[in-house]
Amino acid sequence: MSDDVKKQLNRREFFSFVTVGWVAFTSAVAGFLTLIFRYTYPNVNFEPEMDFVAGRPNDYEEGVDERWKNGYGVWIVKMEGRLFALSNICTHLGCVPNWLPAELKFKCPCHGSGYYQNGINFEGPAPRPLERYKISLNAEGKIIVDKTKIYRYEKGQWDNPQSYLKV
Amino acid sequence: MAKRGVVDYIRETQVWKSIFRHGPPTNARNRAAVVAGNVFLHLHPIKLKKSGVQLGYTWCMGGLTFFIFLALTVTGVLLMFYYRPTAEYAYNDIIALKEHVPLGIMREIHRWGAHAMVITVWLHMFRVFMTGSYKPPREFNWGVGVILLVLTLLLSFTGYLLPWDQLAIWAIAVGSNMAKATPFLGHGGPGAALAQIGDFVMVSDKNDVRFQLLAGRFVGEPALLRFYILHCVFIPLVVGVLIAVHFWRVRKDGGISAPL
Repeated sequence: MSDDVKKQLNRREFFSFVTVGWVAFTSAVAGFLTLIFRYTYPNVNFEPEMDFVAGRPNDYEEGVDERWKNGYGVWIVKMEGRLFALSNICTHLGCVPNWLPAELKFKCPCHGSGYYQNGINFEGPAPRPLERYKISLNAEGKIIVDKTKIYRYEKGQWDNPQSYLKV
Repeated sequence: MAKRGVVDYIRETQVWKSIFRHGPPTNARNRAAVVAGNVFLHLHPIKLKKSGVQLGYTWCMGGLTFFIFLALTVTGVLLMFYYRPTAEYAYNDIIALKEHVPLGIMREIHRWGAHAMVITVWLHMFRVFMTGSYKPPREFNWGVGVILLVLTLLLSFTGYLLPWDQLAIWAIAVGSNMAKATPFLGHGGPGAALAQIGDFVMVSDKNDVRFQLLAGRFVGEPALLRFYILHCVFIPLVVGVLIAVHFWRVRKDGGISAPL
């Protein structure tokens, strides 16, 4: 093979260059799209923590306590010798019901779902009772509410010892 | 020699000739050139069938939709002069648009226009369906149109949050909870429970598609800003590009709806 011919790419070499080029281009595009996708997820979340210290069991009177509703979305309810943390997210479509002390019920403003004080649904479109969160005492005897653990009535989880405190 | 009037004089000035490249559309060749050389007309067919533009046949619902889209763009840009998408100002700015701003009806036009556009899009699709205009070779344009329908509804949905009143917040709370049920991508959807390795939950409310939409777990200020950008910039840009494709396809596929 003479030197003149060797200066040109043959068919196989040409396609290997094309392949390298396409792989580089595709990976560059994929990497860029991945970065764009990741960009839509902020690194820091300024929303309230999923767990919080909610005072001592003695701070609560019998009935529904609304002091943590605005900050953390939780009602602390004391009834029938139990203290539990009730989610304030309606199980129908995720609105926030209101506690109506005069009628002793939670009432959702969106579509009228109603719940008893213990969180059981009894009217409106809500398909299941409100959820309860994990509640426990720390070493100082203060209440810790952990919203990452959920206890559902329809799964028989409300008798789980982590879902309530005996008072 | 014909008498030369003022119009002829203007047509021969350098200013006129710099804007309009062609003479009056007096013959077939010039008629085509005038249309093809005009940026506002070149998406239109150079020649079209008379039946295609008769109002009784097509209702002109696609054209009305486009007109309303333009009106919404104009009024929307005007609203942006006064509206601030923050939790502190958003609600009061919407009130101010009605109470403190001359021609405050602009906001009402924008909102009513949004309702009207959804209606005209549906009527447009109804007409296209009933006249069989979705059939080959126009099936691709039907697909583009379906995407445009979805984007129209998304424009309405994202705009719904901006007044930042109770109705808006809870409507978006309900709407964005639907994203929670997305298969594999939402933490309440089918498949999310499978994406769990031991105690490590891969799809949670901190990283699912709903979190991406709201930039958080709840409808808060980041969600307001995100919906504002989607409503004012992102979706209108996509819609604008697709409208261009839509119109260009109408021309390429043999006019609005007449038999080929």
